[in-house]
Amino acid sequence: MSVLVYIESENGKFKKASYEAASYAKGVADQLGASVTAVTINAENNEVLGTYGVSKVLQVNNDQLSKFNADAYADVIAQAAKNEDAKVVVLGQTANDKYVAPIIAVNLEAGYASNVVALPESTSPFTVKRNAFTNKAFNFTTISSDVKIVGVAKNAYGVKENETSAAVEDFSPSLDASDFSVNVESVDKATDKVTIADAEIVVSGGRGLKGPENWDMIENLAETLGAATACSKPVSDMGWRPHSEHVGQTGKPVAANLYIAVGISGAIQHLAGINASKYKVVINNDPEAPFFKAADYGIVGDAFEVVPQLNEKLKEFKANNA
Amino acid sequence: MKILVCISHVPDTTSKINFTEGDTKFDKNGVQFVINPNDEFGLTRAMWFKEKQGASVDVVNVGEADTEPTLRKALAIGADNAIRVNTPAKDGFQVAKELAKVAQDGGYDLVIAGRESIDYNGGMVPGMLAKLLKANFVNTCVSLEVEGDKATAIREIDGGKETLTTSLPLVIGGQKGLVEESDLKIPNMRGIMMARKKPLNVVDPIGAEEKTSADKFEKPAPKGDVKLIDKDNLDELINLLHNEAKAI
Ligand SMILES: Cc1cc2nc3c(=O)[nH]c(=O)nc-3n(C[C@H](O)[C@H](O)[C@H](O)COP(=O)(O)OP(=O)(O)OC[C@H]3O[C@@H](n4cnc5c(N)ncnc54)[C@H](O)[C@@H]3O)c2cc1C
Ligand SMILES: Nc1ncnc2c1ncn2[C@@H]1O[C@H](COP(=O)(O)O)[C@@H](O)[C@H]1O
Repeated sequence: MSVLVYIESENGKFKKASYEAASYAKGVADQLGASVTAVTINAENNEVLGTYGVSKVLQVNNDQLSKFNADAYADVIAQAAKNEDAKVVVLGQTANDKYVAPIIAVNLEAGYASNVVALPESTSPFTVKRNAFTNKAFNFTTISSDVKIVGVAKNAYGVKENETSAAVEDFSPSLDASDFSVNVESVDKATDKVTIADAEIVVSGGRGLKGPENWDMIENLAETLGAATACSKPVSDMGWRPHSEHVGQTGKPVAANLYIAVGISGAIQHLAGINASKYKVVINNDPEAPFFKAADYGIVGDAFEVVPQLNEKLKEFKANNA
Repeated sequence: MKILVCISHVPDTTSKINFTEGDTKFDKNGVQFVINPNDEFGLTRAMWFKEKQGASVDVVNVGEADTEPTLRKALAIGADNAIRVNTPAKDGFQVAKELAKVAQDGGYDLVIAGRESIDYNGGMVPGMLAKLLKANFVNTCVSLEVEGDKATAIREIDGGKETLTTSLPLVIGGQKGLVEESDLKIPNMRGIMMARKKPLNVVDPIGAEEKTSADKFEKPAPKGDVKLIDKDNLDELINLLHNEAKAI
């Protein structure tokens, strides 16, 4: 028996979230006395997965799969699970992972727990802790089906090294036309910017910044930190920033290592979406702003003074610690 | 075009989340329930198809009688008929199977669900439903156009967008972007009066079984106090971020 993990890659390369999923799969496999098999699609360097405890890699190389396609990818992963007689299938929680997981669940008649933050509390019954109520609470979910699917939340379990040597094998799933009835016509993705989903650090601005013309200081700070930029809902509603930057309960979730909120009051709907971040910094001129109750570090001050100064000091710090 | 919009009935976003019965049940006391925000965007897009393309729009919920005010609100916004599958919602699989029966019986061309519901954040019903129906599926859908049986959708991906083409029957997991915030309709008196007369059909469940159970809840540990740093001592912040948080 094995634990199967789907390892996502982009342009052939693995990402941090991929190594997190592999690390988690190894943790579950140890609990079950099983080994980890990974399945990858058009990825390079599959051997590296051994570092995170993967002992076998099923590598799929197929031109038909050069663009992500949920039905086809789900089919590949489900076939790999059957091939390995896997009782547990682990994925991350990127946009693509969230797209394929429910499809795999139907293919394998398997129960699925999403946003899982820790190794199973017990494996029999199989109970996992997950985020619910948009980070306002945790929920312990028991999966009762024979095959179990676990979606591991970003930045929760972490990357854990576990040196193993990974045997890489070719795997050729059988695909059929029905796998390709949704077609990607075009992809519009900024390649020069850090995305909110991948970012370790996110710098976010709110209505306190007064207008879109003042966003330079947010972008400069983000650039110094190698961070992604984000904003509160009213800021995107007013068109100061694109919708894709809107974070919170009705926007994107943020689970970064560090979240810096500038001129954001800390409304419950905002906090719900960003609370999974490890450290939170608030910069706000109102000491009564609710964000101070949710943050680790706070500065009471005018963003227009504090942010440019902080940026200068961080540049110095970076230069000295490079 | 026949459209079915799946409506999940969730606590209002400002709700304080509490649990009862030894942290095994969500405490509904004093909580106001609303249409799941992702579903409200979908429903509003469905209204556009109704107005511009003559589509019919039904709404459905899998739940007990206490969800009916939420379905009435969807009728007041403009849906034609409401269906309630009379059984508690237990998990994504069970709900998807019950919804699949309704969708099959009604012969819908387009099923609009939300990317996730804001209570359990499962993010699984639309994908499961699509597979059960052998329909096409687009998740995190932020734009949808339909011409005949061809559909063009835009999906949000990490760090960008993707344009997809496909055909009906189609299921989407929708979210903000399908319509703008300012397009959301607050039901007016007339809508509310009309909604009272519209059909709300209660149907028996097929008795689908769940594969997961939410047994227990826990609230996050209370947060320690914020460390306040003087605005004239930003080096201290950098020091803390570097040495304590190890974030830079
Ligand atoms: C159904 C629903 C869903 C929602 N979902 C979301 C969501 O997903 N994400 C989200 O963000 N919001 C969401 N909201 C909105 C939320 O309730 C708040 O209205 C919003 O988060 C406030 O945005 P803000 O903090 O930028 O603005 P404000 O609340 O106006 O706060 C601005 C802050 O800036 C500070 N400030 C002003 N000038 C300065 C200065 N010179 N220097 C420093 N600080 C300054 C002020 O003290 C204030 O605290 C939702 C609301 C509803 C009803
Ligand atoms: N009990 C339910 N009744 C009807 N639709 C539901 C129900 N639960 C979930 N849905 C739909 O599925 C979407 C995603 O929900 P979930 O998978 O629970 O996060 C929601 O936005 C709804 O459109």
